[in-house]
Amino acid sequence: MLKPRVIPCLDVKDGRVVKGINFVDLRDAGDPVEQARIYDAQGADELCFLDITASHEDRDTLLDVVSRTADMCFMPLTVGGGVRSPDDVRRLLRAGADKVAINTAAVARPDVVREAAEIFGSQCIVVAVDARATAPGKWEIFTHGGRTRTGIDAVDWSARVTELGAGEILLTSMDRDGTCSGFDLDLTRAVADRVTVPVVASGGVGTLAHLADGIARGHASAVLAASIFHFGEVSIAETKSFLAAQGIPVRPAPDTAAGI
Amino acid sequence: MTLAIVDYGSGNLRSASRAFERVVRELGLDIAVSVTADADTVARADRVVLPGVGAFGDCRRGLAAVPGMEDALEQAVVRRGAPFLGICVGMQLMATRGFEHGEFEGLGWIAGDVAAMAADDRRVPHMGWNDLRIHNKHPVLAGLATGDHMYFVHSYQLLCADERDLVATVDYGGAIAAVVARDNRVGTQFHPEKSQAAGLRLIANFLTWRP
Repeated sequence: MLKPRVIPCLDVKDGRVVKGINFVDLRDAGDPVEQARIYDAQGADELCFLDITASHEDRDTLLDVVSRTADMCFMPLTVGGGVRSPDDVRRLLRAGADKVAINTAAVARPDVVREAAEIFGSQCIVVAVDARATAPGKWEIFTHGGRTRTGIDAVDWSARVTELGAGEILLTSMDRDGTCSGFDLDLTRAVADRVTVPVVASGGVGTLAHLADGIARGHASAVLAASIFHFGEVSIAETKSFLAAQGIPVRPAPDTAAGI
Repeated sequence: MTLAIVDYGSGNLRSASRAFERVVRELGLDIAVSVTADADTVARADRVVLPGVGAFGDCRRGLAAVPGMEDALEQAVVRRGAPFLGICVGMQLMATRGFEHGEFEGLGWIAGDVAAMAADDRRVPHMGWNDLRIHNKHPVLAGLATGDHMYFVHSYQLLCADERDLVATVDYGGAIAAVVARDNRVGTQFHPEKSQAAGLRLIANFLTWRP
C-alpha cells in the first residue's frame, strides 16, 4: 500500500540554508546540499527546498543548489518559491527538481498552472496554498508570504487548481506556521476531503504527535516540517518509528546510510 | 561497454543519468553512460534505458520525432538483444497501446494497454512510496524482496494481457503493474533513480544483467 510521506523542508536564501539542522558531521551547516545528503541517508521520503530569496536575479544560485543536490540525492525533490512561469518550471526541472511548487503566480494568473501541467505533466506541478482562517470553518488564500489577502476561499481554490492540472497541493496554515502548535487539522481535512490529488500538510509541527495527527485526522498524504528536524530534535528514523507505533503505515527508515 | 539513456525530449534525464553513473562508479563497472538523442549511438549501445515523464501520447510523439530512433531501438533491443530498461512512461511505452489523451500505438513489446487510473476511491496521481509484491523471480530484482518500497508517481497504469510478463505489482486500490519483463526487456512503473538504496540496487542489477 501507499505510505504517507515524511518531508523535511529547507528554507534556502541566496543559496544558503536559513533554518537548518545542526548535525555534528556537517561540513557546512549552511550548505543545503550537505543537509539534503543527510536527509537522503536518513531515509526521508522526499525533500522540499523553499527558496525565500528576495530578488529574482539570484535565482541562478538556487539552480546551482538544486543541481548539486540532484547529483548526490536519489529521492524526490520539490522546489518552490518565486516560480512565475512555465520557463521557471523548466529551469528547475532541468536543474534536477522532480516537482515544482507554484504559489503567488497561480493566484495572479491561474492559467500558469494549466500551461505548466500541459507541458511538463501534472505529476510535477504542485500548487502551494497558503491559507489563513477568516471565520470558523472558512479559510482564505494569502500571497506574498502571507501578507496579501486575496478574498479567495482556500478549499475552492484547491479544487480549482487541481482541475487546472495541479498534481499535488502543498497546504500551509499561515496561522500555525512557526507556532509549533500543530497543523490546522480542520483546514487540512477540508482540503484533503475536497480534492482527489495528494495533499501535503504544512505549518505548525512541533511534535511527532502533530505529524501523526496530520495524517490520521487531517487526511493528508504527506506531512512537511522544518524546525522539528533541523534542530536535531528528532531524526527521520525516530519519526517513522513513532508513526508506525501510532498505527500509521510508513516506509521504514534504512538501518544504515543508503548504499548499494 | 556502453549504456544509452534515450533523450527524446521527455523531461529531466539528469536524475536517471546521475543514478546510473553513481552505480557504475561504485561497482567499478566498465560502462560509459550517455544521455543521447543520436539514433546511431542507441543502435550500437550495449544497454538501453528509456526514461519517460509526462503523457503517453506526448512521449510517443517525442520518440517518433527523433530521426531514426525507433529503428535504432528495434535494432539494439529486438534484433541484437541488448538489455533494455523502461522507466515510468518509458515502461508504459513498451505496451501495445496507450490511452492518455487519445489512442496511441506503443512499442508492442509487452502485450497490454495503458489506461487511466480512476480516482473513485483513491487519490490520483499515485504518488509516493509503495511496497512491491514480487510474483515472478527476475534477475533485475535480485536482492530485493516483497515489501521493499519504491517511489511512484503516475496517473495511468499498464494492464498486462499476459500474466507471465507481470513480475511485480503494488497495491493501490487493486494491483498495479510495478515491474514487467519479457526476454531482454524490463520495465518499472516506479522511478529506481528516485528510490534511494532499493532503486540503486535495481539499477545495479540491470547493469550486470545478462539475459
